[in-house]
Amino acid sequence: MKKVGLLTVLLTGALLMVGVFDFPAWGDPYSPANRYLSTHYVNQAEKETAVPNLVTAVLADYRSFDTMLETSVVFIAGLAIFAILRSIEGPLVQARKRTESREKRAEKRDAGGDGQDPDLIVQTTVRLLLPTIQLFAFYVVGHGHHSPGGGFQGGVILAAGLILVAMTFGLKNTLKQFSERRGLAFGSLGVLLFAGTGLLCALMGTQFLDYSVLEAVYPFTDEIMARSHSMLVVEIGVALTVMSMLYLIYANLASHGDMKKGL
Amino acid sequence: MDWLTMDLIVARFNYWVYIVLMMIGLYAMIAKNNYMKKLIGMAIFQTAIMLFYVSIGTKKGASIPILDHHGGEHGAGSAHIAGEAALKVGEAAAAFPEAAAAAGTTNPLPHVLMLTAIVVGVATLGVAMAVVQKINDQYGSIEEDEVLKRIKL
Repeated sequence: MKKVGLLTVLLTGALLMVGVFDFPAWGDPYSPANRYLSTHYVNQAEKETAVPNLVTAVLADYRSFDTMLETSVVFIAGLAIFAILRSIEGPLVQARKRTESREKRAEKRDAGGDGQDPDLIVQTTVRLLLPTIQLFAFYVVGHGHHSPGGGFQGGVILAAGLILVAMTFGLKNTLKQFSERRGLAFGSLGVLLFAGTGLLCALMGTQFLDYSVLEAVYPFTDEIMARSHSMLVVEIGVALTVMSMLYLIYANLASHGDMKKGL
Repeated sequence: MDWLTMDLIVARFNYWVYIVLMMIGLYAMIAKNNYMKKLIGMAIFQTAIMLFYVSIGTKKGASIPILDHHGGEHGAGSAHIAGEAALKVGEAAAAFPEAAAAAGTTNPLPHVLMLTAIVVGVATLGVAMAVVQKINDQYGSIEEDEVLKRIKL
C-alpha cells in the first residue's frame, strides 16, 4: 500500500507540476483571477454598500447566498455529530460498555472516587482572560465592516473562549451555564436570522437577500446604508451559529457524546 | 537555464509550495494506516488548497482588501515590473482598464471563499472525528487493517 501510495503521489505531483507552466506568475495583477469579477468588488463595492472591508462586503452581500448555506453546513455538521455519537449502539458496543463500567466501578472502589480539582492558577487566569476574549470577539463581529473581522472570525473566538472555560472548570459546570439546549437554540437562531433577513427582502418585493429594500425597516437610512446595516445583522447570525456549533462539537467529541465528563 | 529559474521557480514558487503540501496530505491519506493520521493528512491537503487560493489573489505591491474609509484613494497599483515585461503590462492595462484600476488592492474574492472554507473545514473535521470515535467504539481500534479484519469476522 505504501509503494502504491508513493507512486500515485509522485505521478499526481508530476502532473500538477506540468500544469504549473500554464499558471500566471505570482503577484500578477492582470492574471485571469484578478481581471474580471473581483475588479467590480474592488472598484464599486464601497460605493454600493458603504463597507470599506471588501471581504465582509463580498461575504455578506454579494455572495450572501453562499455564506447562508455555509452557515447551514456548520449547523448541520453539529447536528450530524449528535446523530453519529448518540445513535443506537450495536451488541458489540453494549457488551464492551458493560465490561468497561464494571472495570470503572472496581477502579473507583480502589481509588476512593475521583476527586480531581482543577488547578487554581489556571482557573484564576481563565477568569481574568475570558471577559477580554469575549469583548474582543464582539469587537471583531461588530466592527467587521471597517477592520479585519466578521461573523465567522468572531464566532470562532467566542467558541474558543467557551472551550477554554470547559477545559478549566469542567464540561459539567460549563454546560450548567451554557446548556446543550441553549446552544442548539442559538445555532438555529443564527441561521434563522440570516435566512429571515433574506426572506424579509423577498417579502418586500425584491430578490432573496437583496438588502437595499430594507431601508424601509431601519430608521434614518438610505439604500446604501441599509445594505451595510443588514450585513451586520447577518454577521451576528453567522457568529451565533458558529459559536454555539463549534462549542457543541467540542463538547460532544470530548465527552464521547454523553456530555458527562470532558477532557 | 536562466529562464527556467526565473520564470518557473521564482515567479511561481507559490504553486510549488502548494503542490508539495498537497502531496504530503495525499500520501498521508493513502498510505497511513491510522484513521486519525489520515484525517491529519486531509487537513494538510485542505491547507494546501487554501494557500493556493489565497496566493492566486495576491497582486505585487498591492495593499490589503480594506479600503481607507474617507480617502478612497486606490487604483494605480505600485507594481514594479522592469524590462520587457513592462511593455506586456502596459498592453494588459490597456486591455483591462478595470483590472488596472483595481491593481492597488488585493483580490478579496479568494479570501472570502477560503474564510468560509476554513470554518466549514473545522466543522466537517469534527464530523469525521465523531465517525472515528464511533468506529473505535464498534471495533475497538482505529487502525485500518485491524478494523477490516474485525469487519470480516
